Order: sequence, then C-alpha cells, then structure tokens
Amino acid sequence: MLCAPAIIVMIAVTAYPIGYSVYLSLLRADLRFPNDNEFVGLDNYVTVLSSSLWWNDVFHTVVIMVVSVALELVLGMLLALVMHRALFGRGLVRTSALIPYGIVTVVAAFAWRLAWSGTEGGFLAGIGPIPDDPLTDTFWTYVVVIGTEVWKTTPFMALLLLAGLALVSDELHEAARVDGANAWQRFWSITVPLMRPAILVALLFRTLDAFRIFDSAYIIGLNGTNPKIETVSILGYNQLLNRLNLGLGSAVSVLIFLMVMLIALVFIKGLGTSSPGAQSR
Amino acid sequence: MTGRRILGWGVADGLVLILALVPVLWIISLSLKTPATISDGNVFPQEISFENYEGIFEQSVFTDALRNSIGIALIATLIAVVLASMAAYAIARLNFPGKAIMLGAALMIAMFPPISIVGPLFNMWRTFGLFDTWPGLIIPYLTFALPLAIYTLSAFFREIPWELEQAAQIDGATPFQAFRKVIVPLAAPGVFTTAILVFIFCWNDFVFAVSLTSTSAAQTVPAAISQFPGASQFTQPTGSIAAAAVVVTIPIIIMVLIFQRRIVAGLTAGAVKG
Repeated sequence: MLCAPAIIVMIAVTAYPIGYSVYLSLLRADLRFPNDNEFVGLDNYVTVLSSSLWWNDVFHTVVIMVVSVALELVLGMLLALVMHRALFGRGLVRTSALIPYGIVTVVAAFAWRLAWSGTEGGFLAGIGPIPDDPLTDTFWTYVVVIGTEVWKTTPFMALLLLAGLALVSDELHEAARVDGANAWQRFWSITVPLMRPAILVALLFRTLDAFRIFDSAYIIGLNGTNPKIETVSILGYNQLLNRLNLGLGSAVSVLIFLMVMLIALVFIKGLGTSSPGAQSR
Repeated sequence: MTGRRILGWGVADGLVLILALVPVLWIISLSLKTPATISDGNVFPQEISFENYEGIFEQSVFTDALRNSIGIALIATLIAVVLASMAAYAIARLNFPGKAIMLGAALMIAMFPPISIVGPLFNMWRTFGLFDTWPGLIIPYLTFALPLAIYTLSAFFREIPWELEQAAQIDGATPFQAFRKVIVPLAAPGVFTTAILVFIFCWNDFVFAVSLTSTSAAQTVPAAISQFPGASQFTQPTGSIAAAAVVVTIPIIIMVLIFQRRIVAGLTAGAVKG
C-alpha cells in the first residue's frame, strides 16, 4: 500500500500521543515528584475547569480568535479584490502580500513587539493615543498580538478567497450591471453567495489556526510570562514544560483538543456537501 | 473617470505594499543600528552598522541553531515529499477502499492542535532518548507536514494527463521509461511546489522547537531567537534578535519571490480543489 507509510507516521504521532495525553490527564503526574503518580480520575479536569485561570485564558483566546479572524476576512476580501480586479500592479501586490506569509511567525512577532515596545526602542510607542509602553497595557497588548496575527495571515486568507473569486463568472456581473445593480449589490448578491464554499473553507482554516495561537502571543507576552495575554496553548505549555505538571497540563491539552474538534464540527456542518474532504471535482 | 480609477487602484496597490513591507523594513532598520542607539526609537538608523550581524555569527548559539534549522527542515521536507507523493499517487490514480477515510484523517490532523501532543511527546522522547535530537523534531514535523503535502500533491496529480503514460508505452517505451520520461517531468512542478510549502512550514515551527529541544544540539532558530541572552546581564538582546530575524527571513523571501506563482497555486490547490 502506497499510503501506508504516510498513514503510520500521521497516526503514530497524533493518535498515540493524544491517547497517552488522556491517560496522563487522569493521573496525578508531576515530574518533580516522579514516584508519586496515582490514578485520580477526573480530578485534574475538575481542577482545571474550576480555576479562573483556565476560563480567563479561554476568554483571551476567543477574543484574539474572533477579532483577528473577522479582520482577516474583511481585509483578506479587500486584498483578494485588489489582486483580482486592479487595473495595474497586480503582480506587485501579490508579491508583496506573499512576504508576510513567508516570514517566520516568531520573527513577525518580534518585528511587531520591537516596533511597539517602549523599553525596547519601538518607534510607535508614545505616538498620539499610544501609551509610552503599550506592552504593559492590556488593550494595546491585544492590539499588537492581533495586529501580528492579521498581518501574518491575511495574505493566506486572501489567496484562498482569490481562488474562490476566480470561479465567479464575469458574465453574471455583466448581466447584473445591465439590469442596473450597482457594485455593492453585485458584490453581495453575486460574488458572496457564489464564494460561500471558499469563504467557509478559509474561515475554518483560520479559526482553528487562531484558536491554537501560541507563537505570537508567547513572544509578545514576553515568553509567556504576561498573564493578561496568556492563551490556552500557552497555559498548556507552561503547565507541561515549566511547572512539569504532566497531569494538569495533559488535562488542559485534552480540553484544547476537544474544543478544536468542536469548532471543526460546527464548520463542517455549515460546509455540508462542499466539505474539503469530499471530492469536489 | 479613468483618471480617478487609476488613482484609486494606485492608492490600493500602494497601501497593500506599505502594510506588507513596513514591519520587515523596521526589523531590517533595527538590525543595522549600533548597540548604543538600538533603543532610541528612530525609524531609521542614524549610522549604518553591521555590528549586530558580526555579533550573532560569532555566537555559536545562532550558528548552531541555523545549522539545525536548515538540516531538520531539509530532511523533514525530503521524507515528507517522498511519503506524500506515494500517498497522493494512490489517491489520484487508484480507487481503493478507505480513500475517503485517508483524506478525512489527513484533514483531522491538519486541524490538530500541536500543543495537545507536546506533553506526551516530551515525556516519550525523554524515555526514547529522542529529546533534544534532530529526529525528535523531524518526526512531529513529518506528521503535520504530511496532510499539507498530501492535499497539495493530490490536487496537482489529478491534473496530470495519465493517458500519456500508456501512449508512450504504445510508442515502444518501457513502463519505467514511460514513467521517467513522461510522468516525472509532468509531476515535478507539483512536487517541487509542495517541497517549498513543507519547508516553509518546518522552518516556521516554534511550538515543537521550544518544547522538544533544550540545547544547541537540536534547537532551531525560532526557539534560539526567543531565548537569546543579552551581551551582558544589563543589555537587551534586541540587536541580536533583529539581525537573526533578518538572516532567517531573507532566504524565505527570496524563495517566495522566485517561486511566487507556484506557491500561490500550491496554497490554493490543497484548500479549494482538495
């Protein structure tokens, strides 16, 4: 079987560890006390779900996810329209839009952090309404993290939408124009409905990606030490690798996994027959 | 009317250009400042200095990380593309039971949160002696690169006119010749595009790099940058970070610029046609 090697690698490194993660999450497993492992049932989940830290971090993650995906959709659509319809400079726009995509997320996060940070010589700190050190201010920290996410991933969103735009025939637009529809009406009643599958796929990819946000929030939150911008992934990381509490950390990991699956299910229901797994050609 | 439209599109083009490039130009500007003026908040350096670049190439922290990043990403890309080509070939050409399950599983893994397996992998890798080694990173990269590679490649492979293979054989070519002279050249662009996407993916990873490595034996550049020490206890490593950021960004930008058409095709092929 030609697929076998690929399947084995994929399953071995995801299914087995997630199972192991479920097992660890039912133990009191703390690497600082390695001989003190004990089966504790759902105690770790009770601890996590009843802590305000977890719910705060869920809230942070959802705020970042919703705001950045919404901005990416709007900006990505605008960028796709520019790439699709611009009278000139399409190649230049596409080239420059690909640059953020190619940049390592950690580098993008540093570029943004260093541009805003008051103590690290950022040129934006202290301009107009921006405080002298935006990274000590909760609102502005979110602006920086969301800005980084949007900057880095809008090009990807735009490319997916552009592929959808290419499927919308010019004849329909022409016919609607003859019937007296203006550009705004044509966009909402022709372009958007025909692009629905492309939009949903792009939203699915980006929502799941944004929920898993780690790199940029970690770097901008000063290596995961700023609790105001701690996301669920950073919480899991800190529990597992800094506090070495495998039991609690695994419970967090399993909860993240379940939430991701939930989001995916909602989208796949919405996608219906046009799901990316189905044969669309 | 046309004048206004030209102006409008000009403004739109210009805006995209500025938004895309400013953060990159800023980090380049920062990397060229002298350590004394690094935090002066000026947009442009007062005098151009390459001290930061000299600094990072003298530190083994950075040069080792660069070696690890290149080695790990190349090996992972090579293996992923070979395995994915086999799988994608089967998906594109053969009808076999479990094909839908295979694609579904790949899609599931593409959505999988890496943080959920970091803990178990950390624990397992310490037991197997894979913690802080190249294979310790290559294996998880393969897992997450394969779905991307399989989707992209099967979209490309579906476009190949496979009848040409039979045509060549009728014309007297052996099956191997038909494959090598007809199919390989047709498949090469798709394989190459996939390799670029997988390489960018591995080069970009941070979650696994920061969790499953601890020393210069396997630490990659993103993990190393995040833990750069200052030149002394009282100086910030801003200059080194900026210079290192520029060094790891330039090869990718060059690659993106040269192969932009292919990258665009690859990114959208997997997502839309898959």
